[in-house]
Amino acid sequence: MPTFETLIELNEIERDAAIDLLTRLGDDDLIMGHRNSEWTGLAPILEEDIAFSSMAQDEMGHAQAYYQMIHELSGDDPDTLAFGRGPRAYRCSSFVSLPNERDWGFCVLRQFLYDMAETVRLTALEHSSLVPLAQLARKLRGEEKYHLMHGRSWVLRLGNSTDDAHQRLQAALYKAYPHALGLFEPTSADVTLAQAGICPREEDLMRQWESAVVPVLGDAGLEIPEDVQPVNGGRVGRQPEALKELLENMQVVYNIDPSAKW
Amino acid sequence: MVADTKKELGGLSQAEYDERLEVFEARINRGEKIEPADWMPEEYRQQLIRLIHVHANSEICGALPEGKWIPHAPSLKRKLALCAKVQDEVGHAQLLYRAAETLGPSREEMVESLIAGKSKFSNVFHYPTKTWADVAVIAWLIDAAAIINQSMMAEGSYGPYGRALKRICYEEAFHFKHGYEMCITLAGGTKVQHDMLQEALDRWWGPIMMFHGPSDKTSTHTGTLVRWKIKLKTNDEQRQQFLKQFVPKIFDLGLTVPDKGLRFDKEAKEWHYTEPDWEEFKRVVRGGGPMTKDRVETRRMAHEDGLWVRQALAAAAANRPVPMPAGK
Repeated sequence: MPTFETLIELNEIERDAAIDLLTRLGDDDLIMGHRNSEWTGLAPILEEDIAFSSMAQDEMGHAQAYYQMIHELSGDDPDTLAFGRGPRAYRCSSFVSLPNERDWGFCVLRQFLYDMAETVRLTALEHSSLVPLAQLARKLRGEEKYHLMHGRSWVLRLGNSTDDAHQRLQAALYKAYPHALGLFEPTSADVTLAQAGICPREEDLMRQWESAVVPVLGDAGLEIPEDVQPVNGGRVGRQPEALKELLENMQVVYNIDPSAKW
Repeated sequence: MVADTKKELGGLSQAEYDERLEVFEARINRGEKIEPADWMPEEYRQQLIRLIHVHANSEICGALPEGKWIPHAPSLKRKLALCAKVQDEVGHAQLLYRAAETLGPSREEMVESLIAGKSKFSNVFHYPTKTWADVAVIAWLIDAAAIINQSMMAEGSYGPYGRALKRICYEEAFHFKHGYEMCITLAGGTKVQHDMLQEALDRWWGPIMMFHGPSDKTSTHTGTLVRWKIKLKTNDEQRQQFLKQFVPKIFDLGLTVPDKGLRFDKEAKEWHYTEPDWEEFKRVVRGGGPMTKDRVETRRMAHEDGLWVRQALAAAAANRPVPMPAGK
């Protein structure tokens, strides 16, 4: 399969498909990072306060890197992408928009499911025909490795500790799972990306993800939800109220004067 | 010095106590550091616990007024920087509770004392953050005032506190630069931005002037703290240093300071200023600040919400230790 050494080698259809992919990845990371940062100052122990802030910065930094690549493809400014778009222009999955609701058990489980999805995707993208993306994936996966270690050890620890913790984690899993499947909602770019060797089909990534998370959840003594319908829609801009509220909060200062330098 | 209670003598005779105190003070005068296992007067221990505990509380409560603005930060760069800054503050709390633990109390006890309203935190964190410019003013001027205080305290006689403070000051130096850069951006931005910054400075000036504590004329703690080199400068000396360093920079940004009595005395080479309202200071640090209840309540909520996690951690550690995950 031919490789694209630089972004300008993509044809128009491939370019649009790449922007679709990068927007999904950037938006997921930005909103996940935002949700993590909502724990700053409020986590159950100081060490986890620090860990969630750290992951927040990593995820938001990854969003910045994806937006920068979009900038090179389309000319759109990364800050305008983050702060100048309304919910319908966002392409994140509903999974990352789900509010924290002061439920740290849910958040640490979500983080684990998310980090596994990222790891599966980034591992695949390391072999992307789009060389700048493959290079970026290698860099980001280095950081995700630590997130995954963190999430996995917490899921195992909480799942195998008190009944209370176990029940909380199980409830969180039932709540999170359908939305987590929505991370792999295929878009109209799915076939183009796979044929050009830029990114595998979403259904392939979903299978890999399930075979990676299920054993860990099993080791944590958790029941895996069965016959679950994915919550889709985020990838085409059908966004929940929670994202609308999040963006209103996120963009409130920027909107005082979007042309100003802040 | 004559210890006047049995407790202070720690079971020693007066002569033994005096002898140990003499050795202790001689070590301090030679510039040696006191370590956790070393003998120390009970008053030295209690003063340090009080100071470090209040300092740790201030870091964790200080994370709240700034952390509130992370979701609203208006650019990716600011969002990342603010999240990193508040993360540092929480990390400082962790370091400081650890340093205080070397003197006796546990972190759990100290946090519980904070949420029961029994221990204090810095006056500045009892006030609300009303606009984005508050974050800039805090990161620049409050962190600057904190650096003046903490770099002095870092040279103090108690080893664990001094070492924690050196790391803290190193990080605060980044916050301060980040805050200054935000202030420069707002001061040189649109009229709305400039006015927002001035309004924030006007509100924060009073609390900032109180930050280093009561005037030397009335401060009750300073004497012993200075003699045992817990503290190397008085409150007024720190305040003067702050004014000398920062008033010219504030003026350079085209901002004004809301104190009609503020003027530089060229002969004495020092700033004259209107004494802040020390009654307000006392009221605020004793729990009567505009946001005191809110801060303590938020900490209480976070602590109670997290109880099941701490219980699960303890159970997991006792029953089924989790092996280190494979690093895939």
